[in-house]
Amino acid sequence: MEEGLARAVLWGCLLVVLGALAAIVGHVLVQGLPGIDVDFLTTAPRASGREGGILTTIVATLYLVAGALAIAGPVGIACAIYLAEYLREGSLERIARFGVQTLAGVPSIIFGLFGFTAFVLWLGLGWSILSGSLTLAAMILPTLVKAAEEAIRAVPDSYRQGSLALGATKGQTILRVVLPVAMPGILSGVILSIGRVIGETAAVLLTAGSALGFAVSPLDSGRTMAVHLYLLAMEGISVPKAYSTSAVLILLVVGLNALATRITSRFTVRR
Amino acid sequence: MINVLGRQGRPLEGQLEQRAKMRTENLCVYYGSLLAVKYVSLPVVRHSVTALIGPSGCGKSTFLRALNRMNEVIPGARTEGRVLLDGHDIHDPSLDVADLRRRVGMVFQQPNPFPMSVYDNVAYGLRIQGIRDRATLDRIVENSLREAALWDEVKDRMRRSALELSGGQQQRLVIARVLAVRPEVILMDEPASALDPVSTARLEDLIHDLKREYTIVIVTHNMRQAARVSDWTAFMLNGELIEYGPTERIFTNPSDPRTEAYITGRFG
Repeated sequence: MEEGLARAVLWGCLLVVLGALAAIVGHVLVQGLPGIDVDFLTTAPRASGREGGILTTIVATLYLVAGALAIAGPVGIACAIYLAEYLREGSLERIARFGVQTLAGVPSIIFGLFGFTAFVLWLGLGWSILSGSLTLAAMILPTLVKAAEEAIRAVPDSYRQGSLALGATKGQTILRVVLPVAMPGILSGVILSIGRVIGETAAVLLTAGSALGFAVSPLDSGRTMAVHLYLLAMEGISVPKAYSTSAVLILLVVGLNALATRITSRFTVRR
Repeated sequence: MINVLGRQGRPLEGQLEQRAKMRTENLCVYYGSLLAVKYVSLPVVRHSVTALIGPSGCGKSTFLRALNRMNEVIPGARTEGRVLLDGHDIHDPSLDVADLRRRVGMVFQQPNPFPMSVYDNVAYGLRIQGIRDRATLDRIVENSLREAALWDEVKDRMRRSALELSGGQQQRLVIARVLAVRPEVILMDEPASALDPVSTARLEDLIHDLKREYTIVIVTHNMRQAARVSDWTAFMLNGELIEYGPTERIFTNPSDPRTEAYITGRFG
């Protein structure tokens, strides 16, 4: 009897979660899909976004994702390798771990403010894709480091020992055995990071600006889809266009997740 | 036949010393403050199989790992005493540890092929040495797999994942991977403990064939396996070497009562 009740409660909670997800995604798609056509995806916004499409915002979003990953990816993975493979337990290790944890908990607007002061003003990069990429790179770094470190730690020691026993150096072992095995976990961290970059508004608005033109050079300002949708709704420019932008954003996130799952399963060798 | 009693600390007969590929002198291994291997002096005779036997925790695996400095991977492990390979101390700072491990290869208890193809597993040790030439790699990979008696079973699946192989095949693949870098000594840490009886028999045949080209040291908790595959046997207890000698004599006429008690199954 009690067992049955517990099951019902748990099942109900699951239903609430799935229901919320379905309601949000469904609502956005119902409101937004009718406004999406080829024109919407392939033309630039006109009249502040009241008319036209969202092509330039798609370009700026992808640009920013690529920039942030190009900066944070190598740094984050290198940092994770050091934490997992080289750093011995001790005070430095605790400080490093505490630092990464803290960085992960800092609200994104603070990264935005820092990026605005440091990159936009002080380095004189202005509102630009580069300023935005640097800021978002700092923001996603802890996510990347944690995911990569956990993935590296999860690689069985028997692989490391097998490699060392064949006369490989530690560096060769990490590059040729540990990293390839850890790759699915590292990629899942990358996907999470992409999601955060795509969804970020405040920090992007402060550092990459909101110019509606095509961003060509990294020093051009650009408006991402999330920023565009925020401004459309906030300034009451066009609620239908905001919904259509949201729908594209959601489809993009779903598509990226599907892609990531495929890549991950291709990398993962059956055990 | 040389009759070596070879008790702990006693100098070995000159003739045996000349035939030793490796030799330890008062070897001690500590884990933190725990002395896991105590003053072990033991020869490893060239082109023969030396079996290390003893109950669990007697230090035989630790001793084995001291022979190619694999204990150094474990934090807190420390080694004292000498380990000689062809008369040169392997702890000599001028000696490169990667080079040592290439010369003294190791096969682990659990088969540990890398999660990559059969071919890439065997070619791994060659590639890290910088060998890129396709024809050379092909030739050595095939020869190594033939030597490990695995070629016929895998020649049509060289590009498939090594993890699809059976446990016994994986262990022979790991041996082929070691053979590919042309080691002089092969250390085996209970290589058959995860295998079924048929695979174990195949592995024992392989070990028998390999001693013509290589010097082999095998840790085993299986008395009959030690008796079947080895030429020399060392019995360890609580980190000490109790007795060493020709396998036949150790199993038929042990000189130490503890050896006799162990091999007749009274403990361990």
